[in-house]
Amino acid sequence: MSGLRKALDRAHPLFAKGGKLEKYYALYEMVDTFFYTPPDVARTAPHVRDGIDLKRVMIYVWLATFPCMFMACWNTGYQANMAMAGMGLDEVANWREIPLHLLGVGFSPDSFWDNFIHGLWYFLPVYIVTFVVGGVWEVLFAAVRNHEINEGFFVTSILFALTLPPSIPLWQVAMGISFGVVVGKEVFGGTGKNFLNPALTGRAFLFFAFPAQLSGDSVWTAVDGYSGATALGAGAAEGFQGILAQMTWWDAFFGNIQGSLGSTSTLAILLGAAFLLYTRVASWRIMLGCVVGLVATTMFLNLFESDTNMMFSVPWYWHLVIGGFAFGTVYMATDPVSASMTNMGRFIYGVLIGLMTALIRVVNPAFPEGIMLAILFANIFAPLIDYFVMQSNIKRRMARTQKAQASAPESASPPVAQPAVE
Amino acid sequence: MEQLLSLLVKSIFVENLALAFFLGMCTFLALSKKISTAFGLGIAVIVVQGLTVPVNNLIYQHLLKEGALAWAGLPDVDLSFLGLISYIGVIAAMVQILEMFLDRFVPALYNALGIFLPLITVNCAILGGSLFMVERDYGFAESVTYGVGSGIGWALAITALAGVREKLKYSDVPDGLQGLGITFITVGLMSLGFMAFSGIQL
Repeated sequence: MSGLRKALDRAHPLFAKGGKLEKYYALYEMVDTFFYTPPDVARTAPHVRDGIDLKRVMIYVWLATFPCMFMACWNTGYQANMAMAGMGLDEVANWREIPLHLLGVGFSPDSFWDNFIHGLWYFLPVYIVTFVVGGVWEVLFAAVRNHEINEGFFVTSILFALTLPPSIPLWQVAMGISFGVVVGKEVFGGTGKNFLNPALTGRAFLFFAFPAQLSGDSVWTAVDGYSGATALGAGAAEGFQGILAQMTWWDAFFGNIQGSLGSTSTLAILLGAAFLLYTRVASWRIMLGCVVGLVATTMFLNLFESDTNMMFSVPWYWHLVIGGFAFGTVYMATDPVSASMTNMGRFIYGVLIGLMTALIRVVNPAFPEGIMLAILFANIFAPLIDYFVMQSNIKRRMARTQKAQASAPESASPPVAQPAVE
Repeated sequence: MEQLLSLLVKSIFVENLALAFFLGMCTFLALSKKISTAFGLGIAVIVVQGLTVPVNNLIYQHLLKEGALAWAGLPDVDLSFLGLISYIGVIAAMVQILEMFLDRFVPALYNALGIFLPLITVNCAILGGSLFMVERDYGFAESVTYGVGSGIGWALAITALAGVREKLKYSDVPDGLQGLGITFITVGLMSLGFMAFSGIQL
């Protein structure tokens, strides 16, 4: 490791002020602080004695997505291989055939490696494009505006990649992450200064700009010409029976159903959630609020029978495992920048997300899935929720102080010394 | 009753005047720096909207609409060409009354709103509300609901925007985008969030 330190120190004059590569100092700083904790220590109050800083927080979230990344590879390949076996295909109809053929990978849905490698060739290009294109924007802004490159982008890039359907064209991935990073984050000044979750902003932009590639029945499995509805799509069309005809609850829980790259497996997401809660990076109040909001709203909607809208009858424990709800709740809603900041506010914010998710899924026929727009909607109201929570805190404290003052003269406070001079 | 309720929800969320139709942008952008002011203006818009839409509805249904003057023995008269000028007159009068009321009873809000209260007169959200009422041929009860609902929707949007802008005080916006530029982007992103409601049929 000391060799690395030496190399970094040798490179320092190049990037320091007056050096040849002065403009790219942000890049140097990024690599340096990625490997080593910066020596700078706060010298004036307030101090926080903790090894964790923004970079570590972001890296933790990134680490927490690893189970989802793993499922993104395996499940995408599994779904594709299943579809290919069903259609009697034995080669992929796009450029991925070349690397898969060279690697000698088969297409048997029973083989773990066949599934994993096949899926990897869908997930990896999406993630690489996201990372490179988004990273270029990030470095560009950092260099021009003289701020640091933040590991927040690690999180944004992986979350964005995991929410996309496997068959998405790569140029759309590039457009989406560009919009998310530039308009969702960088125009406000970078990480910590935006008000919407950048990954979701990019995803929503793609969703409305290219509905054909981001929604519908044919995009969720990476095989051309294969068409199959997601759980929510089937639910909207045929009701609860339609979902049951396709999968069991445990299928949906383990995640071997079709859907976005990394958000199908509730189990993998729960592993990530456990890690995030254990390290106290994510707020349990937000997660709890989301679940409470969703469960309460679905139970309320279950009371109604509707002949035209079949989604009314889907019970709450299904809503928790299908679609992107678990993924959004654990990784997206808990984004500390765009969520509410007060403890009470976090709970309200979570409930709002759960409520909106259920409403969009059930009441709004235009969109089968609601978690993305629900989180964006709640992001808009997060500062307002904080404002009202703080106002009520201020009022409560004022009342407490006044009460204390009113009761003070009779009992508690010692008699005030009289001035000596009359 | 159920129909009125769904009209209320629709006018607040689905057809939000500010974020779905982009009406009333001048005050929306100019007065959304502080939550308290935005909240006050929102209340003012709810009141004005809740008064002017029903009053204009009465005028339209009983005086201006084609055949509306049948009660006066003039079934063939169509005065709808007087619509725009009548609605604006009503709005101006209502705002004037509201202004005098606030000046007398809530001077703090009156001072905070300043020039923008008279500007509600020319706020396109207010006139837009009346014109939507005419276009959709609402009855009286519907017009009351729609007036209050669309006012609430606008108030909700401007308060949320003020909340976001108070938060954005700590952001580091590039020079060229500071002020209105970033506000426009913010409003655009907010209406992306409000797309959650588009497509709901009530």
